[in-house]
Amino acid sequence: MKVGIGLPNTVPGCDGATLVEWARRADGGPFSTLAVLDRVRYDSVEPFAALSAAAAVTSRIGLATMIAIGPLRGAAMLAKQAVSVDALSGGRFTLGLAVGARLDDYDAAGVDHRTRGAALSTQLAYLRGEFDSAGIGPVVPFGAKGIGLLVGGTSGAALARMARYGDGYAHGGGPPRAFGSAATKALAAWRDLGRPGAPALWGQGYIALGDAERGRDYLRDYYAFTGPFAEKIAAGALTSVREVKDFVRGYADEGCDELILFPTVADLDDLDRLAEALS
Amino acid sequence: MKVAIIGAGPAGLYLAILLRKAGHEVSVLERNAPDATFGWGVVFSEETLGALRDADPATHLEITDSFARWSSVDIRYQGKLLRSRGHSFSAIARKHLLSILQRRAAELGADLRFGVEVDELPEADLVVAADGANSRVRTRDFRASVKPQGCKYVWFGTDLVLDSFTFSFKETEFGLFQAHAYPFDENTSTWIVECAEPVWRRAGLDTMSETESIAFCEKLFADDLGGHRLMSNRSLWLDFPLVRCASWHRGNVVLLGDAAHTAHFSIGSGTKLAMEDAIALATALARHSDLGAALTEYELDRQPMVERFQQAAGESAAYFGRTATYTGFEPVQFAFNLLTRSGRVSHTNLAQRDPDLIRVLDAWFAAGTSMVPGAVAPAPLFAPLRLGSTTLTNRLVAEDAGDPVRAAQAGAGLVMTGPVAVSPEGRICPDTPLTAEVSVDDVHQAGALVGLRLTHAGARGATRPPADGLDIPLPPTQAWPLLAASSVSFGPFAQTPKAMDAGDLAAARQAFADAATTAADAGVDVLELDLADGHLLAGFLSPLTNRRDDEWGGEHRWAYPLSVLDAVREVWPRLLSVRLTVTDWVPKGLGLPEGIRLAKAVREHGADLVHVRAGQSVAEARPEFRRGYLTTLSDQVRNQAGVPTLVGGYLTTPDEVNTIVAAGRADLCVLTPQPSPIEAVVLS
Ligand SMILES: Cc1cc2nc3c(=O)[nH]c(=O)nc-3n(C[C@H](O)[C@H](O)[C@H](O)COP(=O)(O)OP(=O)(O)OC[C@H]3O[C@@H](n4cnc5c(N)ncnc54)[C@H](O)[C@@H]3O)c2cc1C
Repeated sequence: MKVGIGLPNTVPGCDGATLVEWARRADGGPFSTLAVLDRVRYDSVEPFAALSAAAAVTSRIGLATMIAIGPLRGAAMLAKQAVSVDALSGGRFTLGLAVGARLDDYDAAGVDHRTRGAALSTQLAYLRGEFDSAGIGPVVPFGAKGIGLLVGGTSGAALARMARYGDGYAHGGGPPRAFGSAATKALAAWRDLGRPGAPALWGQGYIALGDAERGRDYLRDYYAFTGPFAEKIAAGALTSVREVKDFVRGYADEGCDELILFPTVADLDDLDRLAEALS
Repeated sequence: MKVAIIGAGPAGLYLAILLRKAGHEVSVLERNAPDATFGWGVVFSEETLGALRDADPATHLEITDSFARWSSVDIRYQGKLLRSRGHSFSAIARKHLLSILQRRAAELGADLRFGVEVDELPEADLVVAADGANSRVRTRDFRASVKPQGCKYVWFGTDLVLDSFTFSFKETEFGLFQAHAYPFDENTSTWIVECAEPVWRRAGLDTMSETESIAFCEKLFADDLGGHRLMSNRSLWLDFPLVRCASWHRGNVVLLGDAAHTAHFSIGSGTKLAMEDAIALATALARHSDLGAALTEYELDRQPMVERFQQAAGESAAYFGRTATYTGFEPVQFAFNLLTRSGRVSHTNLAQRDPDLIRVLDAWFAAGTSMVPGAVAPAPLFAPLRLGSTTLTNRLVAEDAGDPVRAAQAGAGLVMTGPVAVSPEGRICPDTPLTAEVSVDDVHQAGALVGLRLTHAGARGATRPPADGLDIPLPPTQAWPLLAASSVSFGPFAQTPKAMDAGDLAAARQAFADAATTAADAGVDVLELDLADGHLLAGFLSPLTNRRDDEWGGEHRWAYPLSVLDAVREVWPRLLSVRLTVTDWVPKGLGLPEGIRLAKAVREHGADLVHVRAGQSVAEARPEFRRGYLTTLSDQVRNQAGVPTLVGGYLTTPDEVNTIVAAGRADLCVLTPQPSPIEAVVLS
């Protein structure tokens, strides 16, 4: 299993300099991928913009959205952003897409929330097919032969979408067992649709190694829209090296291919602590 | 901390004990009198007892001292009695359990107030709603789903003292009734009676008084009761409420036990879950000074466990809702199906608990009623299956397996190849073959039969190969024109197919028959006709994709696929399987009841086997994927349409296959083994 790290692009107050330095250090650390989250109505840096900045100061590390809320963007613009990041990074980009969980982001973007599932399917179909002849460059195909495509979500419909268009599954976080059960469903969907081989399985978690309480406060705030679940997400943050190690082992045992650990504070020391914990 | 607990059931009282031991100030408010409670005895399992011993040795001792214990399950069915041994059960009178807990809580200084109906939340640092399945607190302050689950039931006692867990099934003119019964003290047993809602109505139980309903049930189970009576304790016919609640705490209010979640009584776990909740909550409160953090931890700790039990309980409740469909089973299979109903006990588990039963089951499964006493046989998946004039050597089917000879060598009794398209425009992708590419002799030599799936992709044609994604249309320069029941495109950007005219229909039918003839000449053993997965013929079956108003549409949606089946059956001499979508998994699509009728029709038109499939009729559906997600569908098709079935649905272990085929939920299984070569096990 590979382990990647998140950029603090959705941690309020993270300035450009910190973001860029974070990316630079991640590139020099034991991380496979640098990933971002997506949120409109929150003090955060747009994911493709953040990855573009990261692309400029890194040379090795993979870049990924984990995930971007697809339907908030028109399919052509989404494709354009993705191929741009891929070009800027010399082909290091992986596009993770899902419908997201926030109504208010849809409102802000002026997009209908009710049809989000079908909208994401259309978007994925566009990226996998129509895009090739849409005259949008730089031309690089979406899918295993080009920009890897991960799809997230827990419903059967989301898993079918993943198995239909995707190369892999992006899980939304939780203890290893929860990941394992979602991974089984993803594999079942993959088989059901008759895809050969197996999907790449990506997981994620949160770390708060330096200041656990500040990290949890961020999570409570970031996930306040989920009501009572915010507390549970905050409680799941990994606050010690021991917890990180257990979590990494747990995910590896459940068959995860790539685990992304997201920061909860924009504090470079947390990156260094994680690098040390993993080495 | 000042804690107010609403409800003096097992959850509330046990928490009162644990929190008093931790030094909190505890009051318990209960609307009933101390000795007034519903129900009779409740069952416990071994694993719960360990947790109770660690949490409070005093009550553990008293509880286990009053247990009725037994180790066998009796199944009374069609005048026969089957006994399965090696289980370990214990049970206690609910009333007695409560009195032990009341005494201990009072002794530890909890303030128990009976006869207090709580309406307004009491003032306290922590308010615990342990007010049962119909929790008023939950209804008022939490978002929950409450739905009736399973059959109508009534919870009686009897003065017959049983020596095992007893299930008794009674066929009546109204339908099937069943009792779940078990002892719980020296004088009394629990006797729960259950039946499907229509049966309950037909029997007139909806209008009977309590006395009449007791008399009815006593008469029904007279031979089991042997002159003993049934006793009521506010025993009314009820629906079991399935309670699910996404979040169990809000501010300083927390739900405990049945108030937060229920698990159908047929897996006997509600009391255990309720008391374990109390342990988890007390532990979390001891670990955290912050109340919010403690309540969150309690929930995180308990929810995964509760979900697992609710899953098992749901399977069990659904099983008891359709027991009438298993009355044709031989007793030993009936028993095995019953014992494995919830998915928690498999063939392997039972082989450990009750090796005798499994030996008899395996021998019966291999040899039928001609089995010799004491016979031993291989596990059910290795039992041959005779269908018509064809004999499959075992129950394993390989599908999409790459090299068919390797699949045969790996143990499959039947290797399905294909799909082969019956005509060029029926191809799924450019490299979909038009004739079988398998060397039948080589597969035969490796010990397996060869199957071949014949398809016409219909609206799902002209796409890229599945390795590169599904339903991704080929660019127009490489695509070919598509045909379908109606002009409904399959997914976004897919080509709109042409609705088939009379000429197309005749040609496609002929193409299927010709392909079947070719396959027969090539020596293929099993032909599978594709009426599934949104392909051409399935497109006629679903109202979502068949919008025709001619003789092939509307109420005649089945007609064209059945006419193709007839044409194929006429020329195909050997085993014929129909791959069939039995539900679209879309609200307005084809649903399971129609799917079952369809399976029956397919059988009547000459299919020897139905390969049960679901979903994929349209691109946006609501499937539910998990391990074995098609098994229950196969069970219902097989036992309600009376047709042998083949089922996949992500089965990855031989144990799953043994359990499914021996329980009569399918006859053949597609096994998807984890591709673990010997190197993955023998590391050096
Ligand atoms: C037919 C049947 C058989 C079962 N068999 C088993 C079994 O074999 N094994 C097993 O483990 N479980 C079994 N159960 C489940 C078990 O009974 C429950 O899960 C268990 O009782 C839950 O405990 P509780 O304390 O959460 O709720 P309850 O036992 O329901 O207690 C709730 C208490 O709250 C009180 N109350 C409610 N509202 C108020 C109010 N507003 N003010 C004051 N007090 C209030 C009630 O009077 C009651 O005393 C069975 C259930 C049924 C229906």
